[in-house]
Amino acid sequence: MAYVPLADQELELHHPHSWVTKYVWSQDHKVIAIQYGGTAIAVGLVALVLSLLMRMQLGFPETFDLIDPNSYYQSVTMHGMIMVIYLLTALFLGGFGNYLIPLMCGARDMVFPFMNMLSYWVYLVSVIILLASFFVGGGPTGAGWTLYPPQTSMAGTPGHDMGIVLMLLSLAVFIVAFTMGGLNYVVTVLQYRCRGLTMMRLPLAVWGIFVATVLGLFAFPALLVAAIMMLFDTLLGTSFFMPAVIESGTALDYDGGSPILFQHLFWFFGHPEVYIVALPAFGLVSDVLSTHARKNIFGYRMMVWAIIAIGLLSFIVWAHHMYVSGMHPYFGFFFATTTLIIAVPTALKVYNWVLTLWEGDIRMNAPMYFAIGFIFTFIHGGLTGLFLGNVVIDLPLSDTYFVVAHFHMVMGVSPILVLFAALYHWFPKMSGRMYHEGMAKLHFWCTFLGTYAIYLPMHYLGIHGVPRRYYALGTTEFMVPATQDANTAITIAALFVGISQLLFFINVFWSLRNGEKADPNPWGANTLEWQTPDTPPIHGNWGDKLPTVYRWAYDYSVPGAHEDFIPQNTPESVEPTVDEEHFDPDQDQSKADL
Amino acid sequence: MKSLKHLADKPWERKGIIGGLKPEGAFDSAAEKVALGFFLIIATIVFSLFTVSYFIRMELPDWRPLTEPGQLWLNTGVLLLSSVAFQLARNKVGRGESRNVFALFLAGGLLALGFIVGQLLVWGDLQDSGVYLTPNPAASFYYLLTGIHAVHLLGGLGVWGNTSLKLASGSEPKDLRLSIELCTLYWHFLLVVWLVMFAILSNT
Repeated sequence: MAYVPLADQELELHHPHSWVTKYVWSQDHKVIAIQYGGTAIAVGLVALVLSLLMRMQLGFPETFDLIDPNSYYQSVTMHGMIMVIYLLTALFLGGFGNYLIPLMCGARDMVFPFMNMLSYWVYLVSVIILLASFFVGGGPTGAGWTLYPPQTSMAGTPGHDMGIVLMLLSLAVFIVAFTMGGLNYVVTVLQYRCRGLTMMRLPLAVWGIFVATVLGLFAFPALLVAAIMMLFDTLLGTSFFMPAVIESGTALDYDGGSPILFQHLFWFFGHPEVYIVALPAFGLVSDVLSTHARKNIFGYRMMVWAIIAIGLLSFIVWAHHMYVSGMHPYFGFFFATTTLIIAVPTALKVYNWVLTLWEGDIRMNAPMYFAIGFIFTFIHGGLTGLFLGNVVIDLPLSDTYFVVAHFHMVMGVSPILVLFAALYHWFPKMSGRMYHEGMAKLHFWCTFLGTYAIYLPMHYLGIHGVPRRYYALGTTEFMVPATQDANTAITIAALFVGISQLLFFINVFWSLRNGEKADPNPWGANTLEWQTPDTPPIHGNWGDKLPTVYRWAYDYSVPGAHEDFIPQNTPESVEPTVDEEHFDPDQDQSKADL
Repeated sequence: MKSLKHLADKPWERKGIIGGLKPEGAFDSAAEKVALGFFLIIATIVFSLFTVSYFIRMELPDWRPLTEPGQLWLNTGVLLLSSVAFQLARNKVGRGESRNVFALFLAGGLLALGFIVGQLLVWGDLQDSGVYLTPNPAASFYYLLTGIHAVHLLGGLGVWGNTSLKLASGSEPKDLRLSIELCTLYWHFLLVVWLVMFAILSNT
């Protein structure tokens, strides 16, 4: 059987015949993307509310009686786990990956649409299992999102019976869902690109999502292995991770297990997870910056290589999360070195974003606000990472608010800003309507300034030695009296940011009904998703004929071209080329100066 | 892999269709095969991490070596035959023959079922001789690893069952060539995994 490239094969699209098959059991990647996105944002709101409950406790201790110490730990745990996995991973890869990969690759759908549909529904099951733990006896687990044994299964930890079991089950189910989706994304990018679209002509958004998905496919197994063994320990009494331990005076049946083994497995997944969230953000923000700066992305090849390099390096840095677990000093030295090496490709990306803006014809739209805001928060969070990557500096800062500030800045606020940039940027394509620009900009300023008001003071708290994970700080000598004032201010800022997110939802729902009808390509973007015959694109995306790609995705402001963008599917011959003999660079320069 | 070579491309320099009139695919093989390739890497990572955990746990003082029953050699032989049957079916269908393909394919799956039954019998024997899941971590790992391996086989048997039903209802083997090929690949993979597992489990 001769090999026929996928894009040449007759694709049997699953044609929906009823409302249910069109919008519920849909195999259309765009519908699945919106299902993924909607579910992720909904469960993310739960996590947001949990964080506000914690902040009320920390900012106004003994004033509100909203949560007790146990539910504080449960909130910490669920907030972390939901945000990292069920919101960010699902929204970036399940949401944007699903929506953008087939469109940006010029494909009609994912390679395996049925498996893609299954992926969403299994994800939904994992979310339901997770949320169910709020309603079982003992409540959800309060072991912290890292779920370190042996405390996860000890009577002192809330949710040590059913909560932890549901959490581990939910994670295992999520990994199954992710694997089904992830295989789709990877194979679609590799095998399903349209004519002329080489890997090096892919938009960086696809590169980011692609490499992040590969990371996810290879890193989640570590979490699965850890979850399976911990389930055995919890339910069947094995001692994979559980050491000999005494609980309120009685020795438990466990003996000899290795808690450190769990930590290694967890962080072998946990560190790549940071980049599973960061790399799609890097990719999406690159496209938003380039489009709204009307300039090609600076150093495209370096950007691709940096994404790949970061992906590879992310697998050999995991133990920098374990400096205080009592590891051999040479181990610490090794992991500190690899950690600091990651700063090189990451810094390279930041320089390239800034250089993309340099002398660009910048359009200050809401997506651009969020994208530029991301550069600020990411540099900020990245720099504090350099502190924590060094063993000697990490030891005193470990388990203080400095760490909380660092990881919220680098993998909380930064990816969320990119998510909003991307949501506003692609909203016209997804809905066929424009969003309300003024409301979006107000949303940006509230979110950007508000999150700084939250996390900047936390760095100082951390340097003072204020420990994280404490329900109430009480009065301790080493903590300056202003600690409580700072905590109160942070809580007020957090409430402000939390409430201001309503602006986004109001904007979306208002615009869906009343927004101005969107032009098919309102930003003048080059990538294929803006060149579809219908807006929003219909099932099958491209009408009768698949697009053909003649150029890379970043032909913005090409000298001599009629317009400041040339879409990827514009043939070479159509491009108005500059007559080289009569091309006067000085004249062109003077035009640029105007 | 030609994509790796492309990483040095300067996409801003070349316009026009690159790579002739063919659409782009990184591998000259079916999407399902590429997906299976990725899945095998994932499964390899899963088994490797279990193996690493096994060796780390083995160092701890409460580890008591386990004597594996001799029946495992018989089970191994059955799984080997299962792989051979799949390979023969695949060879035939690769040459365009359809005679005996169904029989060989069916035999492959049934032998794998036989392997799983054999594994369950070993579990029973171990229980009879007082080796339970707890407290000896060597036994915990024995049940865990053989169990995970059997689950992978059962997943493969799902695909095998589906393909067998199609063959039984009169589909031409040549139309199911890809399924037969992928099953064969997956079975060889699980055979290798089992041989490695068997080796490390025996080596306590």
